[in-house]
Parts: sequence; structure tokens; C-alpha cells
Amino acid sequence: MILLAIVALPLLAGILAWGAERFGPAAPRWLAAAALAADAALVLWLWVWPAPGTGSWVAEAIMPWMPRFGIAFHLAADGLSLLMLLLSALLGVAAVACSWTEIRERVGFFHFCLLWSLAGAMGVFLAMDLFLFFFFWEAMLVPMYFLIAIWGHERRHYAAIKFFLFTQGSGLLMLVSIVVLAIAHYRATGLLSFDYFDLLGGVFPPDVGFWLMLGFFLAFAVKLPVVPFHTWLADAHTEAPTAGSVILAGVLLKTGAYGLLRFTVPLFPAAALAFAPVAMALGVVGILYGALLAFGQHDLKRLVAYTSVSHMGFVLLGIFAWNAQALNGAVIQMLAHGLSTGALFVLVGALQERTGTRDLGHLGGLWAAAPRLSAWGLFLAVAALGLPGLGNFVGEFLVLLGTFQRYSPFAVAAALGLVGAAAYALIMVQRAFHGENRQGWQLADCNGRETAIMVALAAGIVGIGVFPQPLLATAGLALSGLQRLVGAS
Amino acid sequence: MLWLVPAFPLLGFLLLAAAGRRMGQRAVAAVGTGSVGLSALAAWWAAIDFMASPGHAAWLQALWTWMDVGGFRVTASLYLDPLAVVMMLVVASVGFLIHLYSTEFMAGDEGYGRYFAYLNLFVAAMLTLVLAGDLLLLFLGWEGVGLCSYLLIGFWYRDPANGRAARQAFIVTRAGDTGLLLGLLLLFATLGTSDIQALLAAAAGQWPIGSPLAAAAAALLLLGALGKSAQLPLHTWLPDAMAGPTPVSALIHAATMVTAGVYLLDRLHPLLILAPAVQAAVALIGAVTLVLAGISALFQHDIKRVLAYSTISQIGYMFLALGVGGWVAAIFHFMTHAFFKALLFLAAGAVIHALDGEHDIDRMGGLRRQLPLAFWSFVVGGASLAALPLVTAGFFSKDLILWQAWSTARPGLWTAGWIGALLTSLYMGRLVFRVFFGPATTPARRPFGWAMGLPLVVLGILSVVGGYVETPPFFGDVRLLSSFLGAVFPAAAEAPSGAGSELALGLLAAVAAIGGIAAAWELFRRRQRLAAAEGLLQAGWAPNWGFDFLYDRLLVLPYYFLAAVGRGDIVDAAYAALADLTRYCHRLLSRTQTGRVRWYAAGVAAGAVLFVGLGVWL
Repeated sequence: MILLAIVALPLLAGILAWGAERFGPAAPRWLAAAALAADAALVLWLWVWPAPGTGSWVAEAIMPWMPRFGIAFHLAADGLSLLMLLLSALLGVAAVACSWTEIRERVGFFHFCLLWSLAGAMGVFLAMDLFLFFFFWEAMLVPMYFLIAIWGHERRHYAAIKFFLFTQGSGLLMLVSIVVLAIAHYRATGLLSFDYFDLLGGVFPPDVGFWLMLGFFLAFAVKLPVVPFHTWLADAHTEAPTAGSVILAGVLLKTGAYGLLRFTVPLFPAAALAFAPVAMALGVVGILYGALLAFGQHDLKRLVAYTSVSHMGFVLLGIFAWNAQALNGAVIQMLAHGLSTGALFVLVGALQERTGTRDLGHLGGLWAAAPRLSAWGLFLAVAALGLPGLGNFVGEFLVLLGTFQRYSPFAVAAALGLVGAAAYALIMVQRAFHGENRQGWQLADCNGRETAIMVALAAGIVGIGVFPQPLLATAGLALSGLQRLVGAS
Repeated sequence: MLWLVPAFPLLGFLLLAAAGRRMGQRAVAAVGTGSVGLSALAAWWAAIDFMASPGHAAWLQALWTWMDVGGFRVTASLYLDPLAVVMMLVVASVGFLIHLYSTEFMAGDEGYGRYFAYLNLFVAAMLTLVLAGDLLLLFLGWEGVGLCSYLLIGFWYRDPANGRAARQAFIVTRAGDTGLLLGLLLLFATLGTSDIQALLAAAAGQWPIGSPLAAAAAALLLLGALGKSAQLPLHTWLPDAMAGPTPVSALIHAATMVTAGVYLLDRLHPLLILAPAVQAAVALIGAVTLVLAGISALFQHDIKRVLAYSTISQIGYMFLALGVGGWVAAIFHFMTHAFFKALLFLAAGAVIHALDGEHDIDRMGGLRRQLPLAFWSFVVGGASLAALPLVTAGFFSKDLILWQAWSTARPGLWTAGWIGALLTSLYMGRLVFRVFFGPATTPARRPFGWAMGLPLVVLGILSVVGGYVETPPFFGDVRLLSSFLGAVFPAAAEAPSGAGSELALGLLAAVAAIGGIAAAWELFRRRQRLAAAEGLLQAGWAPNWGFDFLYDRLLVLPYYFLAAVGRGDIVDAAYAALADLTRYCHRLLSRTQTGRVRWYAAGVAAGAVLFVGLGVWL
């Protein structure tokens, strides 16, 4: 039941927040923040006191929905889900906090969209029925479309439509794959079911298995994003309001990686293993291509968006390198990227709110004007380039270590991305914060709210970097099942 | 209590980062210098404890489990053995002196708090590097010092040139570090552990001498060492790194960080022994670097760049020592170099400080009466660098390296070292004569106080007496350092020829040192007449042997070009084309919607005929 509460809380709070607008703009903000904080508390509760369950699963809730088609309202959580839920709730709080002064129009509806999008993502992380999964998948995207289209920046309509087309295209592919999978399973066993645990371990003719795997892979690859399906990301991230960018980078991209980990690989292990070199090559291309493009950008937010392409390349690499270190590294990278990139977007949002520009040609020399803000920018840049002791390093190191054991050429190529990361992170620091303050910016430095967001996210980044072991232990249990599959196939 | 040694400066960093802006300069100086002072005290306490313990058994202190995945476990642990003791003492003590010096040198700078925060973080990272018992923790320190180096080179951030130098330093070393990281991955993946001692034991157990895996691992580690220690071909960043404040150059870019590569190879010397080809490459790179950098140093006009090339050249000696198995000699030279090069940089800082930021030695001259302490510091430090026999520390460490090159039957390497020694005294003589002799051109405006003076005196004394811990047979035959380090390293192979030839070689080294200085004096006296020739030579040599040019053309510019071309994301063009195609079809079809019934009727009729025809025909 606690799982149901985790999803229902933001849904309910979203409706209330919409209505609460009549009590002034502060009411929806406080309501949303409180609901997400309570959600985070629920997840923590579940983490600390897991329900005595079987294997790696800590909680489960199942209710009949459409029994005729074998569809049930089935939620379950393991360590992987828990970590993703925690990340979503915490970034949700940060997203509400960073919109406090940025969003002044239709505040109620804004928080409705924000909460519903997050609730959809949380549902994605919990759904163990493929039909339900698809339902949540769509539920998370539509509110995000509104977030971009209504509160976005200059080219918001273009970006929102692009985002919608890409994600709907991939969603359609996923729906087809899900239906075909259920039918194939029905043909093989005589049981029509959309339940994850029923479908797990299914045996298909090799080519059916391969095409299904490819369908699921592509559906999630768009979301991750994998080069060459990444081009929606730069526009969507750039044009979205700050909270939208935080949720997009921090949470929505993770649903793609989660889908690969939860569905693509376990449902079709043999096909996924055969496909692994191609997927890893795409991951490496993403790492290098993202780093190169990030380096070339003039728009600060676009630069950060391309760093996501580079960082998520490591996740893809780790998932398909498919051993204990690589898989755990991919999960850590997901968490660390969520926090560090989320924080970077908060920072860029704060800068844009003050200066009205994201153009690196107009920024520069901000250190003199706003030293605390700039120092946070420096810290986040350093986190992004993978300095040991901060979160991203642990993820990247474990991914590289795992990859190196079986596919060392990929590890060597991916390691070059570390040089590229240094290049884009440092050019960002140089062009935004260092140099002479030519434009004569006079900025207010971080206020208490912004400092609180930064301190919280930075604590998470340092925590992951120095004491990742509790996270590794939690994720490791959930991932151990995956490693057994590689032995079987 | 060993963890206190890096913990104090880390605490200082956190304090200054959180509250440095609200603290006054005196409070910042107290926290910044005090934290490193406490760290140095803790280090000495630990060292005395260690030396008092019977047999000098190494300490291993496990702090916490960093990561433990799939049977691969990384424990954050500290390790203290004689090698770490020497490194730790030098880093903490010299670090403290340079902090003290900085309190006065940086006084009045708007970034005073930021400066000490970065400098404290550096000391914490450097101590982590030398004390790490785990290779991944060592890498953390390694990257940490690189970050601080970047931050401090670009400390005066308003000038974009400083930012450029800082980025260059970070990215060039990061290129080397990527090699290092791959080396670590190779070691971890094949040996299954990241604990340094366990790893070395496993390597010695599994790999025969000359095994390709050992060679690959050693070569990759060497890449990291070349980047960090500014050896050919990754040395280009160090001369530009002089954009940072001078005490930073003394601490990071002379005494400690740039020697991290030497420490790394010394720490992992069993791997180098397993890979003789790589070890030979180390010696060769050291020899070539020390000669080329020595020549470059001759033609510099910036007082700090002379010293920077000199640092590259001296680290070349350390690499040469590593390459011939002179593990102790490399550390010995690291130690004496830390003393005299820090002294030289601090003295140069005093000169620059007194002349309000003047770096050009052509605009200096006759300063010996105006700045006597800086002058004598330069004389002592320069003599030690030039290895003036018997009375300087540099002589003993350099002599040991040359002797070991000779005694392992590598006369070519010895010759390179000897030429390097000649070059060293030549460029050092040139520097001292130009700055302190001749007619006074610029008046010294600002005298300096005790906080800058005391470190000069202490380092000056160390630059003289620091060498008496290890002397050759013909001069006392003291073996303090090598017996202390004996537990860590295998004995260096020595030729049986013994003391006689060692004395002869020592005399030859003395000839190089004194001859170089004498030649420098002659050139200085005739500088008016030689000015034209010098200018001509400089034109040929100034661009750093073409390395900067080559890297610019081959790597930097193509990357900028690709980034500029790719800015709009080529992949997106495909999607844009798809969108355009859709729009085009839309326009084409919408043009058929003309509103003329005749056209529609014709269309319907044609369609009907077509489908009926198809139906009939099929």
C-alpha cells in the first residue's frame, strides 16, 4: 500500500495545488514542496524498513484491473526502484524551490503539471505490469509537454512539439512492442498476461526475440538519449523552464536507462547480449559526441544539455557491458548525473533570472559580481568533469572498470571522454565566471533558498563520491539478478 | 592519528570556503597557515613515532570502504612507510613555509580567502596522494592536486591569458591522467585488487619480467607521470603555468605536485622492474628532457620561466634516476630540489614583489645591494641547483644520480646528465648575474618582512645541509637516507669499480658546475657584444622546440574546428530535413485544394478509373 501512496500523493497534491492557487501563489508552492518531501520520507521509510519480501523486492501492491486481458495494477519496488524514487522526490523538491520566483503565471497549473509528471515517472519506476508501465510512461510526458510549451523560453513551441513528436514516436514503438510481446507470449504459453514476472524468462524464436528487444531498446534509447536520437534533448532542455530542465535531466532521462535495465535486458537476455557491442559503441559515440558538442555551444543551457548526452553515454555503456561493476556504475552514474546536472540547471536558471541571458558571449566575469554563485558553478563543473571524490567519478570509474574487463577497446575510447569533459567543463567556467566583467554585471548573490538547494544537492554529490557503498549495496541486490542472466545466455 | 595529517588542511579549506569572505585577512592567514602548521606537526609526530618503532614496519590505516562491487573492493586507506615519511615531511614542511610566505606576499589581494582555501585544498590532496595505501585513493589525490593547480594558475581570473594557461595545464595533464586511469583499470582488472602492496605482490607473483601486461600497465602509468611531472612530450603546460602567483609556482610547480610522477613510479617501482623496456624509456625520456629543457632555460627572459624550464630539467634527472634503478637517488633529488627550487621561486617572488610585478630579467640588474636577502637566497639556491661541489645539497643528490647512471654501464645517459649539469650552471649563472649584478636599472620599491624572510632563511639552510644525509664514499660515506629507505627499495646495482671512479666522476661533475658558472660570468661580461648573437639564437629556440606549435595545429585547432562545425548538431539536420519534407508534401497536397469543383470531379473520376482498373487488372 505504501507504493500506492508514493504514486498517489503527488497526483492528489497536484490537483490540490491547482485549486490552491486561489489562496495566493505561495500556497501551491508550499503544498507541492510538502507533498514531495513527504514522498521522499515514504521512500526513505521503505528503504530503512523494507517489507519482508522475497529476494530483492522490498514492497509489492497488486490489484486487478482488466483481468480479461491479463492486465493488473501491479506495483513493486526493489533497490533500483527505490533509488530512482528517492532521486525523483528530492529533485522534485529542488524543482519546486528553484521555481519559487521564476514562475509567476498560472502557478497552480504549473505545480499540477510538475507533480503529475513526477508521479508518472514514479509510476514508471514502480509498474510491474507492462500495460500499466505504458500508461505511466505517457502520463509523465504530457504534463512535461505543457511545462515546456507554456512556461518555456523563446523557442518553446518548437521545442515542445519536437519533444512531443520524439517521445510519442518512441512511445508508439513501445506500445507495439508490448502488445507483440504479450501476443508472442500467449502463443508460446497460452497465457495472456502483461505482467512483468509472467513475461520474464519467456522463450521466443530468436528473430522475434531480437526484433522485440530492438523495439524496446529504441523506445528507451530516445529517452536516454542515445545518439542519434538525442536531438530533442538539446532543444527541450534549453527551452524548458528551470524546473522542467531539472526534471527532464534528473528524472525523465533516467526512465530510459531504467527501462533498459528493467525490461530490455532481462526480458530478452540473449538478444541483448548479441546486441551489446552495438549498444556500447553507441554509448561511446554519445560520450565523445556529447562532449564535443557541449564544448562548442554558446548557450550555457545548451552546453549543459549536451553534457547530459555525454554522461548518459556512460550509463548505456555500463548497462550493456553487463557485469557487477559496470551495472552498479551505471546506476551510480544515473544518480550522480541527476544531482549534478539538476544542480547545474538550477544554477543556470538562477543566472538567467538575474541576467536575462544564457549567451556565454554576454556572460563572463561573474565571479567578481556574484562570488558565491560562481563558486557553486565551479563546484558543479568540477563534478561534471568527474573529479574523484565527487559522485560522477564513482559512476564513470565503475563503468570503465566493468567495461574494461570484457570490452577493453570500448573502455579506452570512453576514457577519452574524460579529456573532453575537462574541456567543456573548464570552458564553461572560463566563459561564464572567469575573465573580465565586461558587461558590468551587478548581480545579487545566492539567496538563502538557492544556497539551501545547492548545499543539499552538493551534499548528495559529495556523499555519492565518498560513501557510495550504501547505494551500491542497495542497487547491487537488485542488479544481481541481471548478472545471473548473462551467465544463462 | 595519521589521518589528521591530510585532515587538518582539508578542514582549513572547508572553513575558508564557507566563511573566508566574511573573515578578515588576519583570520584567513591564521586559519590557512595554522591548518598546514598543525598538519606539519602531526606529520613530524607520526614520523618520529615511525622512526622510533623497531624495524620501521609500515603502518596501514584503513579508513572506510569506498566501494565494494562484485568482489572488487576499494578501501580508503593510508599507508606509511619510509618513502611516504620522506614525502610527507617534505610536503607538509615546505607547504607550511610557503603558506607563511604567502600571508605577506598575497596581502591586500581581493581573493585572499580564496587563495588560502585553494592552497589548503592542495596540501590536503597532495598529502592524500603520498599517504594513500590504495591506488584509487592515490588517484583521488592525484586529480585533486591537478584541480588545485588549475585553480591557482588561473587564480587571477580577470586576465583570460591566465585562464588559458590554467586550462592548458589541466587538459594536458588530464590527457596523461587518462592513460594513468587506463593503467589502473588494467591493473585492477587483471590483479583484482587496488591495494598498492597487495597489487605489487600479486604482480610480482603473476607476471614474469618482461611480460607484455606488465609493460602495458607500466607504460600507461608512465603517461600519467609524464603529464603530471611535465616531461617530454607532455611538458608544454609547465612554463605557461607560471601565470599563477609565485608562491604557488614554488609549492605546486616546483617542490611538490610536479614531482608526483616521480613518486608514483617510485611507489610502483616493482612494476617498472617487471617492464625493463619501459624503464629504459623512462631513463631516455629523462635524459632527453633534461637536456632540451636546460637549453630552453638558457633563452628565457621571464625570471619564472627560467626556473620553470629548470624544474622540467631537474625532474628529468629524477626520471633518469628511476630509469637506471636509482630509486633512492630519485627521492633524494626530489627532496633537495624541493628545498632549493622552492627557495629560488620564493626569492624570485621577493624580487617580483619588490619590483611591483616585474618579471623580465632584462629590466632587472644590480639588485644585490637593494635586496640582500633575496640575493643570498638566489646564490645559495642557485649554487645548490648548479650542484656546486661539497657545500650544497644539490651536489650530493645529482652526483648520486650521475654515479648510478655510470655504474649501471650507461655512459650515454651519464653524458646527457653531465651536459645537463653544465647547462644548469650556465643558465643559473646567467640568471643570477643578470638580476643581481651590473648597473641597477629598476629601483626596488617594497621591502619585505619576516613572514617572507623566514622561509627564505630556513630553505636556504636546508639547501646547504639537506644533502648531508647521503654522501659519496670519498666524502664521509653517510648512508642515512638509503638505509632508511632500504626497507622499500632493492639496493641499487653498483659497479665493482668502487670509490676511485666515483671520485673521478665527482670531479668531472664539479668541473661542469664550476665551468658553467665561469662561462656564464664571461658571457655576462661580454653581454653587450653578444646581444645580437643571443637574439638570433633566441629566435630559433623560443618557441619551445615546436611542441606548442605542433599541438596547436594537430589537436587544439582541429578540436575547435570540429566543435564549431558541430555546434548546430549535424544529426539534427537529418530530422530537420524530415520535417521539411513533410512540410513540402503538405504544401504540395494543400495546393490541390483549389476550391474548383471541376478539378475535384476530375480527381474523383481519375481515382475511380485507377482503382477499377487495378481491380480488373489484378
